[in-house]
Amino acid sequence: MSTHTNPPPPAHPLKAPRERLVVVGNGMAGIRTLEELLAKAPDRYDITVFGAEPHPNYNRIMLSPVLAGEKTFEQIVLNGRDWYEANGIKLLTGDRVEAVDRANRTVTAMSGLTVAYDRLLIATGSTPFIIPVPGATLPGVVGFRDLADVETMLEAAARGGRAVVIGGGLLGLEAANGLKVKGMDVTVLHLMDTLMERQLDRSAGALLRHELEGRGIAVLTGADTAEIVGNERVSAVRLKNGQELPADLVVMAVGIRPNMALGKAAGLACGRGIQVDDAMTTSDPAILSVGECVEHRGQTYGLVAPLFEMAKVAADRLAGGVESAYTGSVTSTKLKVTGVDVFSAGDFTGGKDCEDIVFRDAARGVYKRVVVKENRILGAVLYGDTKDGGWYFQMLKDGTEVAPVRDTLIFGPNFGGGFGGEGAANPKAAVAALPDSAEICGCNGVCKGTIVKAITEKGLSSLDEVRAHTKASASCGSCTGQVEQLLALTLGDGYAGEAKAKPMCKCTDRTHDEVRRAITALELKSIPDVMQRLEWRTPDGCHHCRPALNYYLLCEWPGEYKDDSRSRYINERVHANIQKDGTYSVVPRMWGGLTSAKELRAIADVVDKFAIPTVKVTGGQRIDLFGVKKEDLPAVWADLNAAGMVSGHAYAKGLRTVKTCVGSEWCRFGTQDSTGLGVKLERMTWGTWTPHKVKLAVSGCPRNCAEATIKDLGVVCVDSGYELHVGGNGGMHVRACDLLVKVETEAEVLEYTGAYMQLYREEARYLERTAPWLERVGLDHIKRRLVDDPEGRAALNARFLFSQSFSQDDPWAERASGSVDRHEFAPLAQVG
Amino acid sequence: MDQSISWITVGSVEDIPRQGSRVVRTEGGDIALFRTVTDEVYALEDRCPHAGGPLSQGIVHGARVTCPLHNWVIDLASGEAVGPDEGCAGHCPVRVVDGTVQLGLAAFRPGRGGCGHG
Ligand SMILES: Cc1cc2nc3c(=O)[nH]c(=O)nc-3n(C[C@H](O)[C@H](O)[C@H](O)COP(=O)(O)OP(=O)(O)OC[C@H]3O[C@@H](n4cnc5c(N)ncnc54)[C@H](O)[C@@H]3O)c2cc1C
Ligand code: HEM
Ligand code: SF4
Ligand code: SF4
Ligand code: FES
Repeated sequence: MSTHTNPPPPAHPLKAPRERLVVVGNGMAGIRTLEELLAKAPDRYDITVFGAEPHPNYNRIMLSPVLAGEKTFEQIVLNGRDWYEANGIKLLTGDRVEAVDRANRTVTAMSGLTVAYDRLLIATGSTPFIIPVPGATLPGVVGFRDLADVETMLEAAARGGRAVVIGGGLLGLEAANGLKVKGMDVTVLHLMDTLMERQLDRSAGALLRHELEGRGIAVLTGADTAEIVGNERVSAVRLKNGQELPADLVVMAVGIRPNMALGKAAGLACGRGIQVDDAMTTSDPAILSVGECVEHRGQTYGLVAPLFEMAKVAADRLAGGVESAYTGSVTSTKLKVTGVDVFSAGDFTGGKDCEDIVFRDAARGVYKRVVVKENRILGAVLYGDTKDGGWYFQMLKDGTEVAPVRDTLIFGPNFGGGFGGEGAANPKAAVAALPDSAEICGCNGVCKGTIVKAITEKGLSSLDEVRAHTKASASCGSCTGQVEQLLALTLGDGYAGEAKAKPMCKCTDRTHDEVRRAITALELKSIPDVMQRLEWRTPDGCHHCRPALNYYLLCEWPGEYKDDSRSRYINERVHANIQKDGTYSVVPRMWGGLTSAKELRAIADVVDKFAIPTVKVTGGQRIDLFGVKKEDLPAVWADLNAAGMVSGHAYAKGLRTVKTCVGSEWCRFGTQDSTGLGVKLERMTWGTWTPHKVKLAVSGCPRNCAEATIKDLGVVCVDSGYELHVGGNGGMHVRACDLLVKVETEAEVLEYTGAYMQLYREEARYLERTAPWLERVGLDHIKRRLVDDPEGRAALNARFLFSQSFSQDDPWAERASGSVDRHEFAPLAQVG
Repeated sequence: MDQSISWITVGSVEDIPRQGSRVVRTEGGDIALFRTVTDEVYALEDRCPHAGGPLSQGIVHGARVTCPLHNWVIDLASGEAVGPDEGCAGHCPVRVVDGTVQLGLAAFRPGRGGCGHG
């Protein structure tokens, strides 16, 4: 063995030779310590890094997306070789350190290289625990720890066949998902009866299991592995109950063990890991240790956030600090499987004196549980909607008193502060509501204030820049959404947005906007086309995506696309509102709220003839007939049609009503003919399909009796013309309109209305009302398109009127005539 | 085929819209017949296990239907609510012979409610 020492430090006339720092382990904790150290004391050490893996430092967390094919290795490299060079660090990859000689202060590596140190940092991470069953060392059995493991899995996946993943925890499930995406038949074996039982309770575990099974991953719980079967290679896994599962690949993901061999051999104090004090120093004061290989106050860790906190302290101590101390961490977990949102933190086993607050939304697949004890959050499990995870976690860590918000705690921080139709939560408001001290990025411990400050002071305008400057969202990426919201909040219009938003639903990874762009760009003209070209994961979508696709196609191809009634919610299919007892309500249109003796008589006759139990005046200035039996609907419509009445679309994601006051015709304050204008607006806009319902109103003077300033578009007449107000709604979260523009003539009101409706139709996402749409794109954007650009406005209005030329057929008349969808209203058969 | 069940013909597959449903009136209540995008036919009691919503009016996707009242998703083959909801719509054997739909009404299996049944 050749003995070899560091080249002598370059002679420097003023400074003493630099101290020598050796780092063993080129992983996440070790290199993070160096980054922190270089920021504090760039010149203090001559640094040498040994890494057993042949690669520069990469983001281990992101191995899961690499396995799933969502990222390449290059994309997860944290520091390339140029970084080491630029910082004068000597990097020795593919060379494992085998021994530490504490007396002489040297380390010796596999290659025989020996390097002397003044300070040594051990950051050797951990190793997958391989359960000691026969066959565990057969080829084809891998752990899930490093890039080599991922490469082995990808090779196996390329050959197809069956994979068995032992262990249904975080790592095992991420491996299972990746292998499934890569085309293998995957079975997960889990000893316990709940997946991720350390992070999830039974309900969330069941949801997760169901989701994974829906993706075609088989899950066996209570499965205790007895043996891995195979001659030259693995061929099956046998369970204690005798069941045998054929396997071409076996992934062991049953846990990790701190990799403390080197420390132990060197005689450092070790327990479950290399023992360190609050200064991250081992039993030898010259040697520090960080990462998964350490035991601190009896605890070991397996997530990056605590390691990064350790790295900060270690770096400070190496830089000469004497005060900083690591005192342990509370951790939270997120699962990184695209499309599955799972968050867990703290202790949620519940029990005596604990109070459970649970929220379920079956339709959205949301489950939230917060465990409270003595008015403080003890733990939280979120499934399906994890955006408030950071908020709970912050309160958990801070021990915040939750009594003041106890009643709405489960709805998250933006409850009551947000807006939006149908209770849609607003993530922007949620982030806006957080205090500056709230932690956004759990991995790197970056709080809101730091991010906002970096954005403003350094002029950052994209996610990548924020990552580069603050490290927020640079590790596991779960907080990406919140960072984007912060960019949007801080920069307003100056933020162009990022490519990746939430997928439309579980059937696809594409966002609403991506799907819409593809419909236009690829000229997709039917729902099956969209699903085929955009690789939907389900044969025919679900109740979330089908109505949305139907709308997008209808909007993009007016006159060409044939509406798909099977993709419409029942109300829009039968043109009436289903009630809780399965009967329907029928609302005929009353233009601008006007009616007549003839209409009222016809309504009265229909009520008598069909024994309609309830007649009510709606908030939209028309009459609602409640309790109509489904099979009576066509006949009811025929009678109403005969008196000249048409559908009021009170059921539609489309124009509902145009509410008016009496205006100058009768009212002593009236400045314009608000009723007449309302009728014109309703005649122009009725029958349109929009992303969500649209309500208009016209008030004859600023007294605003028609409540026009909480409508999607409201006109307030004044002496000199008309004020147009946009983006308001009533509903759960009332939002008052913003003033768009003031115009002088009715013709301008009509043109603006058409253009505004079309802009909303083209830009808003399905089920997004004008209020959240406006908040998302900004009033300035709408002004730019409509007010500053007269040609664009005229073009939008023209597109609106063109599409209206196909949509203003009374759906009642079509159905009353018996030519459309007759089958909707009659039973197939009567038996018995 | 199964000899122990007596089958009643109720119509043809073509009478049920694809990705849709039709109702058969019986003394014991309505039975909803569903036809999936791949032309499989299923029969469930037309009562959602949640609060009795008319499943026949829901959106059919895959071998599931979403109830129109509160969006529970019901598996057409078993009548079971898809997790995390719990409950089961009654279901009825059904078969297709030469394009005609036949129900085995006598073998109807009643459901069990989740919450607020009826
Ligand atoms: C697939 C996967 C997904 C994960 N997902 C998450 C997640 O979502 N969130 C989260 O917080 N955490 C996650 N983790 C855990 C996280 O990656 C680890 O906590 C973190 O990498 C540990 O950092 P470390 O520096 O202690 O160890 P490592 O990053 O493992 O670094 C140790 C390095 O030391 C090298 N080494 C070991 N012994 C020697 C030696 N004698 N000589 C030289 N080099 C040596 C090893 O080869 C390794 O490269 C995940 C882990 C994996 C494997
Ligand atoms: C199944 C759900 C719902 C049904 C069946 C329903 C039905 C109706 C009907 C029939 C009207 C009269 C409208 C008209 O004349 O066209 C109405 C008005 C109204 N609804 Fe709903 N609604 C539902 C959900 C909601 C929700 C979730 C909100 C809140 C976000 C809401 C807010 C309003 C408001 C504010 C009005 C008054 C409209 C006006 O005065 O212009 N509705 N609703
Ligand atoms: S808004 Fe003005 S014009 Fe209209 S009814 Fe009220 S006071 Fe009269
Ligand atoms: S406000 Fe009245 S009509 Fe509207 S959803 Fe509630 S109960 Fe139904
Ligand atoms: S009755 Fe079916 S979901 Fe409520």
